[in-house]
Amino acid sequence: MIEIKNLHKSYKMGSNSLHVLKGIDFSVKEGELVAIMGSSGSGKSTLLNILGMLDEADSGDYHLDKVEIRNLNETKAANYRNKFLGFVFQSFNLINYKTAMENVALPLYYQKVGRKERQRKALKYLEQVGLKEWAGHLPSELSGGQKQRVAIARAMAAEPKVLLADEPTGALDSKTSYEVMDLIQQINDQGNTILVVTHEPDIAHMCKRIVHLRDGVIEKDEKVEQVRASAYV
Amino acid sequence: MRFIFDRDTWQEIFGSIRKNKLRTVITVVGVVWGIFIYIALSGSAKGLDNGFEREFETVAMNSMFAWAQSTSIPYEGFKTGRSLQLKLDDARILQNRIPEIQYIAPRNAKGVFGGSGGANVVRGQKTGSYSIYGDFPVFTKIATKKIYDGGRFINDEDIKYGRKVCVIGERTQKELFEKDENPIGGYIRVDDIYFQVVGVHKFVPGGGFESDSDIFIPFTTYKKLYNTGENVDWFSIAAFADADVIQVEEDVKAVLKSNHRVHPDDERAFGSFNLGEIFNRIMGFSKGMTFLSLIVGIATIIAGVVGIGNILLISVKERTKELGVRRALGATPREVRGQIILESVFLTFIAGFIGIIFGSFVLAIINSFTQNGDGIPYTNPTVPLVYIGGAVALMVILGTLIGLIPAQRAVSIKPIDALREE
Repeated sequence: MIEIKNLHKSYKMGSNSLHVLKGIDFSVKEGELVAIMGSSGSGKSTLLNILGMLDEADSGDYHLDKVEIRNLNETKAANYRNKFLGFVFQSFNLINYKTAMENVALPLYYQKVGRKERQRKALKYLEQVGLKEWAGHLPSELSGGQKQRVAIARAMAAEPKVLLADEPTGALDSKTSYEVMDLIQQINDQGNTILVVTHEPDIAHMCKRIVHLRDGVIEKDEKVEQVRASAYV
Repeated sequence: MRFIFDRDTWQEIFGSIRKNKLRTVITVVGVVWGIFIYIALSGSAKGLDNGFEREFETVAMNSMFAWAQSTSIPYEGFKTGRSLQLKLDDARILQNRIPEIQYIAPRNAKGVFGGSGGANVVRGQKTGSYSIYGDFPVFTKIATKKIYDGGRFINDEDIKYGRKVCVIGERTQKELFEKDENPIGGYIRVDDIYFQVVGVHKFVPGGGFESDSDIFIPFTTYKKLYNTGENVDWFSIAAFADADVIQVEEDVKAVLKSNHRVHPDDERAFGSFNLGEIFNRIMGFSKGMTFLSLIVGIATIIAGVVGIGNILLISVKERTKELGVRRALGATPREVRGQIILESVFLTFIAGFIGIIFGSFVLAIINSFTQNGDGIPYTNPTVPLVYIGGAVALMVILGTLIGLIPAQRAVSIKPIDALREE
């Protein structure tokens, strides 16, 4: 699904440049649940941004579902993001003047899905995250865990190839974190490919594979015994 | 185009407008104010324009007076300071020599320009002193005289037979006749001669030296009554509508000078007063007002629209994160740009609409206050549809252009920067 070869990325900081990713080789197969771990500054967010086409690599190959991602202009990147990727952010990033359902329907709007169909799908995904009866509520009326579940529903609504989650539990307490991870595991059980960036080991162990990043290189790439989050809920 | 008529597009726009109610209201107020000023000003200017036109409707706009004075340059053996006297014959010569003259009315008057006061007018026990004018019927072509029901002005027969008939003013009627008495057919004594009243004229202000007590009698009768022979006090002249009145004025004086053997350079020999020139000056003033109101109005609209751009710019900054999320979810730069421009145009449009309604409302109020008010030259303040259409078009264009700035700003922020946590 994801195929990365010799990926480099550096940022210019004034006169010096900061080499963040120093040759990443990495691949993800369909249906995997991968945790990317590392301390801050290890380059995990940069990697995720490049995977999410929010940022571009300096050199190296990136294939997503056998499509080469290179030299994208903004419009093309937007279309690919819309078609291939779903995003879950640490701070949820729901649009605060839209109801839960409207938020979930937003990527479908950009896919030019008809209005009725959008609502139907949005409700379907809200139901999947257990928030159907909260469909008409604004984000300000939801708890942190609920917000993140709405965000996950939004990411899923577009039926992406890959779900990218950047510290999805970073702003949540552990109980809610496990609930969110339980949801992510369920989505993965349905065969969806998911990448989770985290620095919490317990969250990482709820994935099927952990990639350890350190100073811009992959230090360790291991398959782990998945811990079911439902055990803690 | 599909983008503009898409219900979802509008839902997005309404959503973001509804979210920022205060911001929207403040933005809109700027443009409402601009278009309101524009409508109110140009409507008022038009009202003033109409008002002036109404004031002058009784007088031929391109009319003038000419009268004789005395020479200031010796010529052909005549010494300086010779008094000149216009004659009836001058009218015929002027008419023949200057084709631009449409009407020429020789006039005599007593009790107008100083000298011997007005005529003694007596009716029974009532007396008064009034100005007497000797006139030809053609005078009404130059300055319309409104005659009350049942009456008439002097006609050609009156002139031909030198009839002793007169047209009196409103005040004359009030002072010489009882309230419920019909003055038409009644007799008054003017300087010891009996005259039959044939009409009462309505006084219209703005004509210059005339008043509501003037008595008009046939020119030929005046001649006999005051023994003036062929003498004429002054000519009232109306030029054709397309003629240059100033040039006609020059020509009239030149003809009179040659006719009366006056030095061609003698500026003081004949006096003249040009209503057309005065009128042009006043119309020029009201045109200037219209122009000024247009400039001020448009400037205010521009200021308002710039305000919209300014506030949208701030709002784009406020919504950086939201726009970043939208783009992460697959909004293309084109869609983001389109949304912000449309938001700007929509706000401008709505604001303009409210401003137009508000402005027309105020114009209607001003109109109802000044409708019967005499003295204020203000009638029927309207704004031509072309002006309104132009203003709306201007607003839409400006709204689009000014929306481009925040839209470009919104697009230039990379989604990754927009989504940075801090």
